[in-house]
Amino acid sequence: MAYKGNNINPQTFEKGQAKLIAILLPLAMFMLLPIVFIICHAFKPMQELFAFPPKFFVSSPTLDNFKKLMKASQSSGIPISRYAFNSIIVTVIVVLASIFLSTATGFALSKLKFKGKFMLMEINNLALMFVAVAVMIPRYLTIDFLHMTDTYWAHILPLLAMPVSLFLVKQFIDQVPDALIEAAYMDGANDWKVYYKIILPMIKPAIATSAIMAFQQVWVNTESSNLYVSDENLKTLAFYMNTLANANNSVAGQGIAAAAQLIIFLPNLILFIILQKNVMNTMASSGIK
Amino acid sequence: MAKKKTSIAKRESANKTAYAFIAPYAILFLTFILIPMAMAIILSFTNFNAIQFPKFVGFLNYINLITQDEIFMQYVLPNTVAYAIIVGPGGYCLSFLIAWVLAQLSSVPRTILALIFYSPSLCGATGVAILWKIIFSGDQTGYLNSWLIELGIINEPIIWLTNASYLLPIVIIVALWSSMGIGFLSMLAGILNADESVYEAAAIDGVTNRFQEMIYVTIPTMKPQMLFGAIMAITGAFQNGTIGVQLTGANPTPGYAAQLIVNHIEDYGFIRYEMGYAAAVSVVLLAIVYIFSNIFKKLFMEKD
Repeated sequence: MAYKGNNINPQTFEKGQAKLIAILLPLAMFMLLPIVFIICHAFKPMQELFAFPPKFFVSSPTLDNFKKLMKASQSSGIPISRYAFNSIIVTVIVVLASIFLSTATGFALSKLKFKGKFMLMEINNLALMFVAVAVMIPRYLTIDFLHMTDTYWAHILPLLAMPVSLFLVKQFIDQVPDALIEAAYMDGANDWKVYYKIILPMIKPAIATSAIMAFQQVWVNTESSNLYVSDENLKTLAFYMNTLANANNSVAGQGIAAAAQLIIFLPNLILFIILQKNVMNTMASSGIK
Repeated sequence: MAKKKTSIAKRESANKTAYAFIAPYAILFLTFILIPMAMAIILSFTNFNAIQFPKFVGFLNYINLITQDEIFMQYVLPNTVAYAIIVGPGGYCLSFLIAWVLAQLSSVPRTILALIFYSPSLCGATGVAILWKIIFSGDQTGYLNSWLIELGIINEPIIWLTNASYLLPIVIIVALWSSMGIGFLSMLAGILNADESVYEAAAIDGVTNRFQEMIYVTIPTMKPQMLFGAIMAITGAFQNGTIGVQLTGANPTPGYAAQLIVNHIEDYGFIRYEMGYAAAVSVVLLAIVYIFSNIFKKLFMEKD
């Protein structure tokens, strides 16, 4: 039989795909294993955590570990709700503000003309290679210089400018037809109105992607609590969960650590599942030309 | 035909609002990305202990890094090179191959599998460490130990995370495990978005199998996504460089076995407070990322 070509993105399930799934499945198992494991571990009662030989799956799930997690935070003086509150405030602000920054800047870079535009785009493209851990020391010095240590600002401001997010949003706005924008200007709209009434509604997938990327960064971020904030009252949930996990190296502590990790991981996963269609839609225009 | 100036072009010089749109981003970008990078370069030429004013020392830090820092030369650099080569290009090829196979599935199994492959990226670097710490736990109750004993491969539990000879491979495996990030999604979308007619034309022109199709059709049509994926793979690999310290809970890692350049920066900057020296190491790291990214740019940049 002659080679037919084009088996990309098939519409229906065919026999040939079973082979591919058979190849991918073991790898997928390996990828999923630790996550399944952490879910099982979080619900294991004490005797199963100590079981020898250790069992992978949980047989009689309980919420003991979550209860212990709550108790541990009560005895430490600062209730877990405080950390959660900090995390939620910081996360909401970062997600909203970074969406605004990325879309507004993306709009200007894509559709408005001004001096220095191409240089700015070049700099941002270079910044895609930015590795934040490399400059943690000068960043710390900057934050110290601005007197932002021990404030919410230290959690929020360093994360707001996200070159990758701006890059993706800008690529997406490039696809909005100029004619549409021209027509709006003809009708007397100004730049802000075009941004708000035309660009934003048309780039919803990119906004969703930008939101999830910001969320992924800020929600699990422990660096700012580690380095810039020493006041326990201002630290975040991810940081607290992490200290719990590190402090309890015993087998009993592992159950608590797993529960803590699950609490951090789940919102991330759920948000991604909800928004994944938008993410794929945005990624289609993610190429660097 | 003389083209009428469009209204976007007409407002070219008058557009002051454009600056208002970019100003907030530009200010934050400058403050938290550009200035810290510039500061790293400046500090790298000084002796700075975070208390006294930095003292200019010229290239001394760099000279020391190359000639005096035995740990850097003996452990950190070889570790980083091994790690970067396996996790960077390795993770990248793996991402591409998995994306390529996934693209040949129909929508529902593809979405489910893609989610599974992406899920480790959702854990965050510290989450990844906590997950694997329990699996690699050193006593008999550690899962890996228990399995290996059951299978008869080992007789006694191995203390994985403090054993210098296992630590780097473990860090590499864990980093590979979490390497299907944004680049992976981008490449998957790139393959899916390809024009069907190109594939049909290629089949007529004599492409006879899937492998040929991948080399001659798929990769050339999605070069822009390949480049984006490559840059994300490189930065991701270095950004995840803290896994070793998080797994072992100690910086430096036992016997410097998994000491990567990022850990070395942290060690000098926040533990020994030799910030000038740490800044010099940072500059070296940024240079490495830049060089790697440019190699990929040469490979995938479309020539006009």
